[in-house]
Amino acid sequence: MNINDFVVRFANVNGTGSASANYLFTKAIFRMGVPVTPKNIFPSNIQGLPTWYEVRVSEKGYLGRREGIDLMVAVNPQSFAQDVASVKSGGYFLYDSTKKLAKEFLRDDINYIEIPLMEISNSNYSDARQRQLFKNIIYVGALCELLKIEFNVFEDLFAEQFKGKEKLIPLNVTALQLGMNYIKEHYPNTLNIKVERRDLLKSKILAEGNAACALGAVYGGATFAAWYPITPSTSVIDGYADYCKQFRIDKETGRKNYAIVQAEDELAAMGMVLGAMWNGARAFTSTSGPGLSLMNEFLGLAYFAEIPAVLIDVQRTGPSTGMPTRTQQSDVLEAAYASHGDTKHVLLFPSNPKECFDMTADAFDLAEHLQTPIIMLTDLDLGMNDHISEPYEWNDLRQYNRGKVLTAEGLDAAQQWGRYLDVDGDGIPYRTLPGTHPEKGSFFTRGSSHTEYAAYTESSDEYRKGMERLLKKWDTAKTLVPSSIVYPSKKKSDTGVIFFGTSTYSAEEAMDKLAEKNIHVDALRLRGFPFDKAFEEFVSSHKQIFVIEQNRDAQLKSLMMIELGTEASKLHSVLNFDGMPITADFIFNQIASSFKAQVSNT
Amino acid sequence: MTYIKPKFRHPDLQKNKLGYTIDYYEGSLSTLCAGCGHDSISGAIIRACFEANIEPHKVAKMSGIGCSSKTPAYFLSNSHGFNSVHGRMPSVATGANMANRDLIYFGVSGDGDTASIGMGQFVHVIRRNLNMVYLVMNNGCYGLTKGQDSATADCGSKNKSGNINLYEGIDLVSLGLELGAGFVAQSFSGDKGQLVPLIKAAMAHPGFALINVVSPCVTFNNNVGSTKSYDYIREHIEATSTFDFVPEMTEIKTDYSEGETKQIAMHDGSLIQLNKLTKDWDPTNRSSAMNAMLNAKENNEFLTGLIYINPESLETHELIQTSKTPLNQLSQSTLCPGNMALAEINADLR
Repeated sequence: MNINDFVVRFANVNGTGSASANYLFTKAIFRMGVPVTPKNIFPSNIQGLPTWYEVRVSEKGYLGRREGIDLMVAVNPQSFAQDVASVKSGGYFLYDSTKKLAKEFLRDDINYIEIPLMEISNSNYSDARQRQLFKNIIYVGALCELLKIEFNVFEDLFAEQFKGKEKLIPLNVTALQLGMNYIKEHYPNTLNIKVERRDLLKSKILAEGNAACALGAVYGGATFAAWYPITPSTSVIDGYADYCKQFRIDKETGRKNYAIVQAEDELAAMGMVLGAMWNGARAFTSTSGPGLSLMNEFLGLAYFAEIPAVLIDVQRTGPSTGMPTRTQQSDVLEAAYASHGDTKHVLLFPSNPKECFDMTADAFDLAEHLQTPIIMLTDLDLGMNDHISEPYEWNDLRQYNRGKVLTAEGLDAAQQWGRYLDVDGDGIPYRTLPGTHPEKGSFFTRGSSHTEYAAYTESSDEYRKGMERLLKKWDTAKTLVPSSIVYPSKKKSDTGVIFFGTSTYSAEEAMDKLAEKNIHVDALRLRGFPFDKAFEEFVSSHKQIFVIEQNRDAQLKSLMMIELGTEASKLHSVLNFDGMPITADFIFNQIASSFKAQVSNT
Repeated sequence: MTYIKPKFRHPDLQKNKLGYTIDYYEGSLSTLCAGCGHDSISGAIIRACFEANIEPHKVAKMSGIGCSSKTPAYFLSNSHGFNSVHGRMPSVATGANMANRDLIYFGVSGDGDTASIGMGQFVHVIRRNLNMVYLVMNNGCYGLTKGQDSATADCGSKNKSGNINLYEGIDLVSLGLELGAGFVAQSFSGDKGQLVPLIKAAMAHPGFALINVVSPCVTFNNNVGSTKSYDYIREHIEATSTFDFVPEMTEIKTDYSEGETKQIAMHDGSLIQLNKLTKDWDPTNRSSAMNAMLNAKENNEFLTGLIYINPESLETHELIQTSKTPLNQLSQSTLCPGNMALAEINADLR
């Protein structure tokens, strides 16, 4: 019997309302106090194509994806062949038996649970849309009974979901009971998987990374968002709009303390962000790989002219259109060196919703402090899936760090002000905002080379001086980005493992698996770029390092070789790039087999 | 070689209401070719801002890339300027305007910057009716890269190398009208008398104000056969009216008795006065203006003056209902909902 340790996959047709039913299932397990992690595996399509929703339940709190389906809920005949094949031996295949299952889908080593979902729904509901929606609730009811989820958890969830539309509550409860009763009658025997109530989640929340970024932007004081719609980043701006409606409407006038402009393309979106931040408002954009490509032009200007900006890149599978509804960490190099000429950019790598919230808010402080773009690299997995996370927190004593901006009084007091003059020795000059002082502080922002006093120059010395100062600023950035988190092994190890972003869940699980096999390695989670001191020390103090990434070309490894001069022979890549979130088994197998090979070689 | 701009000014130079003399509105010395039309336009901008008592630090000069886009360095040195990326000035101006609605956004662009690489941003900034002046210094060619035809070069126009342009030229005024711009004007760099009041009125217009100024390129496109040369424009120019911009509280004097006169009240209380108005011309009627442009094109006329105005148009901030206080001046306490609100959000996510 596997208690609180299994994977359920739902196979649906997209556009049929299955998403909310499937979320209901996830939320019910969450309410049972058991760690749960859902993944949307959806097509780039509006209606009619196969879509999957995979839910891993893990008592141990492992939140990465796991291969091997224990229970398949198959509601879409289009994908039966694939769905039957993906059930692991001894697992269950629950399907809509309104139509007889073709012989070719029968396997000897799995169990079939037949429920005539369509038939039950049709005989209980007359409206076509209701028939479709309640069919989904009926299978959730079946799961409630099969997996022993507490019925009153669902009752509570319906009551919350339909607050204000109370007449929908009994309709949903009845549909749920239709599924439960069918199972009671036809499948009274227990399965070898089930859910048991625990208290493992405490104050944790279930949230999507994109919504967390949106909330972080509101808390970070962003008043302007410019964007161009692109999967999987769209819900960042949708979320920002929703939270702004909640928190940013002036009560007296009804006017908005924010503005959102849907730009004509990503070029314009980035330009708008620069214009706003140049003018002293906190602004951001969110996009994905193809948009980041277009934003390169402005990112170069922002780097060279030293204009703050915040860009959230929700990475998807590239190159080009790639697989727009699948995940990847493949914009690392693109983001790090976006634009022509010598440019490099500060990157942030959140790995859970709490960090999406924190880092987005922090990104505005960082951008204004460093007067440069801050690019946050999240991904589709983090952005568009629900994750268990620590709750959001805000320190009410915190003051925004608006960076070195001279006020009118400051300008009067300043003896000699130059827009690009490094007065403090940290590579960060003082800036002024338009409209500040009637007679002082005006300057001309330009992407052409400029002197410390912002005058146009073609002097090689002046140009070189400016570029070298930007490197000094880069050194300052190293001390300001979120520091790496080190996981020391229980036993001393000269092997290190490095990972970032959504590889974290599976990497942590893989470390446990390796330790069970007596393979002890130190680990480090990277959270920002340029590499901080802890990162550099970790790299230099280990003889071999496994770098776990979700891209083909080992982009973080390349970045380490470029920026730290780390020798290639020391770095071993663990690369998952098929568009699906990386699994612990994948990481474990690669690292374990490498160790095995090393042992057999010696 | 170093250029030093002479600092000497007449001691009795007239002061405006703010107490500034006109030199306070000047910029650094122009590095454009001698005789470039753009320098005359810079002069008109300086004159207009001086006469309209504009506080220079309340103006943000926005530009893209090109000869025209360099000019913001040559006027209003006490204003912040942003020389951005080729064709992308509208987006930067949009962001800047969203951040602070209280400044005057003075955009300067060229025909390459606007009608080719920046066409996408140009049309969209008009759609949104961003409150800004968008002045195109239009010479029909790419000066900085040595004279290639631009997208506004007329079909059949001959350039300095003797090549005849085969393609239709884009008429920015007609395009502006089509897209619903609330203030559309056309002028000639050689007609400062018309340009100065047009610029003043454009700054007073609460929305997108397009001024297309044909500004001959003396180096690459001032030859015989070019339709953007000084000679050609002077021969084909047709003023739709003479034009006066009358600031608030000023008594209106009419110097002209002949022809029709029309007054248009602006939101801030100022007045536009059109004298000697061409017959059958109504600059407050969009289709009349569009027809006039079409007819002028057929007759090889170059119409100048205020082509169209809609003083009632709603600018972006009014369309999306942003706060009257500029967004960049809202305090942290207004913007950040605080930890209590987070507790509620957390509860909803459990």
